[in-house]
Amino acid sequence: MSGSKRIAVKVPVLARVEGEGALDLAIENGAITELKLEIYEPPRLFEKFLEGCESQAVIDRVARICGICPVAYQMSAVQAYEKAWGVEVAPWARDMRRVLYCGEWIQSHALHIHLLAAPDFLGFESATAMARDYPDEVRRGLRLQGLGNELIALFGGRAVHPIGVRVGGFHHAPEPARVAAMVGKLNEARVEAGALLDWLLTLGLPTDEQDFINVAMRHPQEYPMNAGRIVSSARHDLDPEDFEQHFQEFQAPHSTALHAHLDGRPYLVGPLARLNLNADQLPGDLTQRLAAAGIELPSRNMYHSIIARAVELLYAIDEALRLLSDYQRPDRPYVDATPGPGGAAWVTEAPRGILWHRYRLDDQGRVLSVNIVPPTSQNQARIEEDLRLGLTRGGLDRDEDALRSQGEMIIRNYDPCISCATHFLRGRSDADGRTRTAIHAQTEWLLSLLSDRNSSILSMDSTGLPRAKPCA
Amino acid sequence: MHETTAKPKVAVHKFSSCDGCQLAFLDMGEDLLTLSAMVDIVHFAEAGMLDADATVDVAFVEGSLNTRHDLKRIQAIRRNSRFLVTIGACATAGGLQALRNFTDADAWHSAVYATPEYLDSLATASPIKSAVHVDLELWGCPVNTRQVTGAVRALLSGVTPAVEQDKVCMECKRQQAVCVMVAKGTPCMGPVTRTGCGALCPRFERGCYACYGPAENPNTDSLSHWFEGLGLLPEQLREQYHGITSQTEPFTAAGNRYRK
Repeated sequence: MSGSKRIAVKVPVLARVEGEGALDLAIENGAITELKLEIYEPPRLFEKFLEGCESQAVIDRVARICGICPVAYQMSAVQAYEKAWGVEVAPWARDMRRVLYCGEWIQSHALHIHLLAAPDFLGFESATAMARDYPDEVRRGLRLQGLGNELIALFGGRAVHPIGVRVGGFHHAPEPARVAAMVGKLNEARVEAGALLDWLLTLGLPTDEQDFINVAMRHPQEYPMNAGRIVSSARHDLDPEDFEQHFQEFQAPHSTALHAHLDGRPYLVGPLARLNLNADQLPGDLTQRLAAAGIELPSRNMYHSIIARAVELLYAIDEALRLLSDYQRPDRPYVDATPGPGGAAWVTEAPRGILWHRYRLDDQGRVLSVNIVPPTSQNQARIEEDLRLGLTRGGLDRDEDALRSQGEMIIRNYDPCISCATHFLRGRSDADGRTRTAIHAQTEWLLSLLSDRNSSILSMDSTGLPRAKPCA
Repeated sequence: MHETTAKPKVAVHKFSSCDGCQLAFLDMGEDLLTLSAMVDIVHFAEAGMLDADATVDVAFVEGSLNTRHDLKRIQAIRRNSRFLVTIGACATAGGLQALRNFTDADAWHSAVYATPEYLDSLATASPIKSAVHVDLELWGCPVNTRQVTGAVRALLSGVTPAVEQDKVCMECKRQQAVCVMVAKGTPCMGPVTRTGCGALCPRFERGCYACYGPAENPNTDSLSHWFEGLGLLPEQLREQYHGITSQTEPFTAAGNRYRK
């Protein structure tokens, strides 16, 4: 019916996402002619600042890529170093790193569910506005978020940019009395997290089934966080070292936005993909609760991502309780490591999906080059695909407001973190000087840096062995 | 809604950053609801409030200036705000991304950017005070909830906010933390760094890395001498000063002494 009507939907600032992005949508003759999820946060060029750095500076600096998931960056980095140097951390440190990661999942998921996503489903502008009608639910959410923060601070000193992790383990092991107090709080919180899941299951979420490839990690014994292989619903089963052979990041011709493909196709990372690929690693009663609510796994409805977050939040509380219940303070919270040459790739499950790092190190263990692929840049192609399908199915002849709010809601399902995605970018400036940046192929960038053509860019001696220039 | 118009208006603006300092608000827990009852938060994109051009009593600004568009935005924010408060290392001192200011920007920016005429605006990451007057600076990477709530209360009560200028060393003494430099020979920036974090790193048995920036009257010469005595190489020494708060005068200068 829309005939030759042209609708342009511009969302210049996306609210309730982390970082700053925009949505541009044009519809002509009842078809989408332009659809761009634009990211205009300026590039922060992190890989450059890491060159020449020692391991601890890398661990402290990568955290600054994202204030919401600093633990994820530190976990991918520290374990890449330990792999490169053949360091075997003690079981205590392995367990406590899982607890630390649980803290970040709890914090990030609670923040997204309550402050970013839930207002969509209940029709509010913000969580504080929602609190007038749903005070108990919002307060419960903020309490759970606070608990996640406390759990991070127990091992990291503070929740944002924690300071506790080092190669070989931790700098410091918390006193048993503090751990015991935390166990008490976790026991109270698990009841609240259960009630949260029940509440979300009654929300009556929209249904929009789509075909997409799920990508997540997979560990033989546990729900994945810190270690494992990369698997997909298209039967991939990859060592993280082989990431670049199957995952391609590239700039799409129609926009400056980077897309990532798995063997040529868009894919999903994050809580729903993890749940879809690892449901068998969850306690049976959790998956039964979903089945009782009519949710079958694997789910093809992206609106179930809020449910997946609540499931993981409850799981993370139980997992932290399990790992802290017999807490013994070790004599020394780390094992020694000898810095040296080499390199390694590692992947962990950030709250928003797989976070892949690769490091190349010189003979003193200083960084020669780094490549980091965050979840949001991986999801970008899938978000645009979802917008195209979802908006079309919802009807392109709706008014601008309806299209805009559905578009924003679809984007928020992915909990995009634009600070993460812009840690390192190529950019173009438009007429008003605003940088339209495109998440660009990092591998391509690194190759171009290392090629003769651009060798002056690096303070590297092209005749000798590669040596890291001093840490910026 | 009529009663909300009488409340003081607050905005939270973001420039180039990790979003971590805005979390000082979002991580308040239930106090966030108390705050939103006390003040009218009119712009805070991550929390869902969008009114970037509103006139406000207090504007909190996160992030550093990196583009020409940023410069226009910050001028407008300044005009619309009674008090402008920077939160965190990026807004106050340029932050970690300001390390680009030390690089040979021309060489690699021309390899990166497609539109060279805008390169000037992108060659450096600058603190907010490089463009507009700042009424209050809150240091830290990140700032914490205590700092931002303290600033709100002080400004709205007409009281000059108390600003920490002590060195981390003083906080270690107050917390009865063992000095990592004296006891273990671990390099620590505590003697020249502003406190406010609660001496987190020394209490976790590691050296401070200066995320709260320089303290009042920092004696960097003496500290560098200590670091040399501990066996740090020039490039390791420079890394101590040229980190998160590299664009502060004392740390820029102290680090530059060890540049090759």
